[in-house]
Amino acid sequence: MHEHAAPAASALPGLATAPLVLAGLVYLAAASAERRRGTRVWPVHRAVCWTLGLVVAASAFLGPLAERAHDDFVAHMAAHTLIGMVAPTLLVLGAPVTLALRTLDPVVARRLTRLLRGWPARIISHPISAALLNVGSLWVLYLTPLHEAMIGNALLHYAVLVHFLLAGTLFAASILAIDPNPHKASRPVRAGVLLLSTAAHAILAKVLYAYPPAGIPLDEARAGAQVMYYAGDAAELALIVLFCLGWYRAAAPVPTQERAHLRTVLN
Amino acid sequence: MSEPRIHTHRSTWGAFLIGVAVMAAVDEIVFHQILGWHHFYDGATLEIGLLTDGLLHAFELFALVAGFFLLAHEWRGGTFNRGFAWAGFLTGAGLFQLWDGIIDHKVLRLHQVRYDVDLLPYDIAWNASGALILLAGVIVGIRAQRRTSAHSTSR
Repeated sequence: MHEHAAPAASALPGLATAPLVLAGLVYLAAASAERRRGTRVWPVHRAVCWTLGLVVAASAFLGPLAERAHDDFVAHMAAHTLIGMVAPTLLVLGAPVTLALRTLDPVVARRLTRLLRGWPARIISHPISAALLNVGSLWVLYLTPLHEAMIGNALLHYAVLVHFLLAGTLFAASILAIDPNPHKASRPVRAGVLLLSTAAHAILAKVLYAYPPAGIPLDEARAGAQVMYYAGDAAELALIVLFCLGWYRAAAPVPTQERAHLRTVLN
Repeated sequence: MSEPRIHTHRSTWGAFLIGVAVMAAVDEIVFHQILGWHHFYDGATLEIGLLTDGLLHAFELFALVAGFFLLAHEWRGGTFNRGFAWAGFLTGAGLFQLWDGIIDHKVLRLHQVRYDVDLLPYDIAWNASGALILLAGVIVGIRAQRRTSAHSTSR
C-alpha cells in the first residue's frame, strides 16, 4: 500500500525501542554502582520490575504482536493494554526516581528535586490530571476520527503508543506514589481516582462493544472490546492490589520507639 | 469499653465488601461466562445502564481487594471477630443479589436473568435467594452483637 513510506516506516520500531534499551542500560548501571558502593543495596526486585516493564513496552513496538497490531483490532487492543497499563505499573515498581536521587551527582540530584517540587510537576502529577491524560485520551482516541487516521499511519500510531506509555506511567506513579513525590495526594483521593478510572475504562470497553469504531469489522471490534474489558480489568486489579498493599503496610502498628526514630529519619 | 465495638464493626465492613464482590463475581463467572444466561451487552441497554454497570464493576474489584486487606489489618491487630465478619459477608452478598435483581434487571434493564424463557420464576428465585442471604446475615449479626455484649457485661 505505502511502498514509498516502507523504508522510513521499517526504521520506526528500532527508533522507538532505542530509548527503552538506553533506559534499561542506564538503570542497571546506576543500580550496580549503588551496589558497588556497598552502603545500601538496591533491591533486586526493583531492577527486575524495571527491566520487565521495558521489555513489555518494547513488545508493543517490535515483534509479532506489534506487527499484527497494525491491522488486527484484537492484537491492537492487547498491545495497547500492555504498553498503557502493564508496562507502566512495572516501571513505577522499579522506583527510577529514587535510584536517580541516590546515584546522581548531588548538584544534578538537587536540580531534579527542584524540578519535582515545581508547579508544572505539581499539576501533571496529580492523580486527577494523570487520570485525565491516561483514560481521558483513550476516550478521545476511540470516539473521534483520530483512531481511523491512525490505522494507515505508522508514525501517528507510534506517537499514540509513546503517549500511552508516558501517560500510563504518570498515572501509575500518582496512584502508587512509590518514588518521593512532594505533591503526593492523600490516600482517599488516590483511591477515588483509581476507582473512577477503572470504571471509565470498563465503560469505554462496553461502549466500543455497543458502538464499534468506524472501519473495523463488527466481530473484530467486539472481540477487541472484550480484550480491552478483561485484560484492562486484570491490569487495574493489579494496580488496586498494589495500592491497598501500600496502605496496609503504612497502617501497620509501629512500636513508639521505632516511630520516634522514623520521624527523625524522615524529617 | 467502647473501643472493642468499633473494631468489631471494622471486621463487619471488611467482610461486607468481600460479600458484595464475591456475589458479583459469582454473577459474572457463573451466569455470564459458564451458563451464558446473561449477555455481555444485549443491545437494549440504556446509556445510563452502561455507566452504572461500569461504576459497579469498578467498585466490585476495589471492594474485593480492600475487604481482604481490611480483614488482614484486623487479624494483624488481634481485633478480628468471626461472627461480625460472617454477618458482614452475608449481608453484603444478599444486598448485592437484591440490587442486581431489582435495580440492574428491572429498573435499569441492563440485562435479564435469562433470555427466551418465562422470566417470572427466574426473577422470583433470584430475589428470594438474595433476601434469604440478607436475612441470614442480619440474624448472624444480631447473635454476634449479643455474644459480645454478654461477654463484656460478664467481665
